[in-house]
Amino acid sequence: MVPFALATIPLVASIILINTFLFPGATDTIVSIGPLAPTWTGLTAAAQATLRVLAFALSVAVFSLTTPTDDLLTDLERRGVGRRAVFVIGAAIGMVPRLVERAGEIVDSQRARGLDTEGARWRRVRGVVPLAAPMISSALTEVEERTLALEARAFSAPPRRTTMRPLPDDSQQRALRWGLLVFVVVAVAASVSGALGIP
Amino acid sequence: MSASTPAPRLSLRDVSYGYVGTSANVLQGIDLELAEGRIVGVVGPNEAGKSTLCLVAAGLAPLAIGGRLDGTVEQDGVDTRTLSAGDLGQRVGILFQNPVTQLSGTSVTVYEEIAFGPRNLGLPLGEVATRVEWAADLVGVRDLLPRDPARLSGGQAQLVALGSVLALRPGTLVLDEPTSQLDPLGTRLVGDALADLAAETGTAILMVEHKTDLLARMADEVVVLVDGKIAKSGPAAEVLADPALPALGVEPPSDVRLRAALAEAGISFDASWGPAWGVQAAVGARE
Repeated sequence: MVPFALATIPLVASIILINTFLFPGATDTIVSIGPLAPTWTGLTAAAQATLRVLAFALSVAVFSLTTPTDDLLTDLERRGVGRRAVFVIGAAIGMVPRLVERAGEIVDSQRARGLDTEGARWRRVRGVVPLAAPMISSALTEVEERTLALEARAFSAPPRRTTMRPLPDDSQQRALRWGLLVFVVVAVAASVSGALGIP
Repeated sequence: MSASTPAPRLSLRDVSYGYVGTSANVLQGIDLELAEGRIVGVVGPNEAGKSTLCLVAAGLAPLAIGGRLDGTVEQDGVDTRTLSAGDLGQRVGILFQNPVTQLSGTSVTVYEEIAFGPRNLGLPLGEVATRVEWAADLVGVRDLLPRDPARLSGGQAQLVALGSVLALRPGTLVLDEPTSQLDPLGTRLVGDALADLAAETGTAILMVEHKTDLLARMADEVVVLVDGKIAKSGPAAEVLADPALPALGVEPPSDVRLRAALAEAGISFDASWGPAWGVQAAVGARE
């Protein structure tokens, strides 16, 4: 949960600074420090926007912390999502650790050839450029071979794929899912109709 | 072995093939036949069309990658051009060089990886399990079933990739340098698994391989491919002993090189030196 919250810090910081100090047309100054004039209106707007960003980040966090990738894929498949779509989602998630690993290998081999990947920050940024090309090109060249290998394993065969294991799903989970769906509909309706009093 | 089989498992008749967007043919006038349980090795210089031959023999060219195919390629007497992707996978399996790109990348365990193909066919769960265990036993990876496929050694990953292909129970297997990225132990594991497969299940195997020592041990016949044409073909021992091979960039098996070195040094070779001399012993035992 913490990494997800941390990941929002740059965005949240800029939201607070820009809204508090630069809210257009606001005059209810909190305190004047030279040219800086933070306003109450801006701070309120900043707080609202921050809550939205946090709610978004935390919903992603809750999802990824409670749902193992293969459970997600299994259930998508069971619900009749096409095998291509399921494969793309699974491969994209599975690719991240492999790309990280390959990046490590490329950095090591380029370091061995004298590339400066440590020290001053701008130098490290420059070091990313020669890293990107081999990483992308090697990922692309693998695609063709992988496609053929998948095709040879009947990936395009017409029948629905066999489901390997049924996911546990009891009446409480079902009730919770339906309850949350109803809650979302009610909340959106209340917000749109102005009943919640949020601008 | 099974010379009495009516239709060969794989047959290529006067096959020519050119890739999409090129006018030249990579393969020209290829005639090749594989009977049940036979292992045919393919050697040749780079750019000879060996990998293309694999794709054509496996039916992936033109089904998956397009291109122009002339002549006929048949699996069990059925033209590959009339087969759908699902049928094709059950008739002919193909294994490439790089073990990593052949794994689906979406499986958490080796078990699921091997089950990938049978699941695509929509087989009942019990049948999927039977096939996974059968294939795992055949290639000797039963111990690896609960492991993460991304964390295997090269040899182990190639065995898993082979098992994944075999789980579709193809009658023919096409191998494009299956051991090129493997160490000697991995090479031996894969080689032994393939030899057992041909002997036990009658699977016909077409195998591109630079390691001629492996071919000398396993193959019944060897085909030399040069510039997209078959330059020479015949019993493995005979073709691999051809003095023209080194000029084609193919290193002869170690026993052939040893004989040549002995002859050059003026030492006469005595056949009664015993069965340690690879090719003769292995081929003798087979026939």
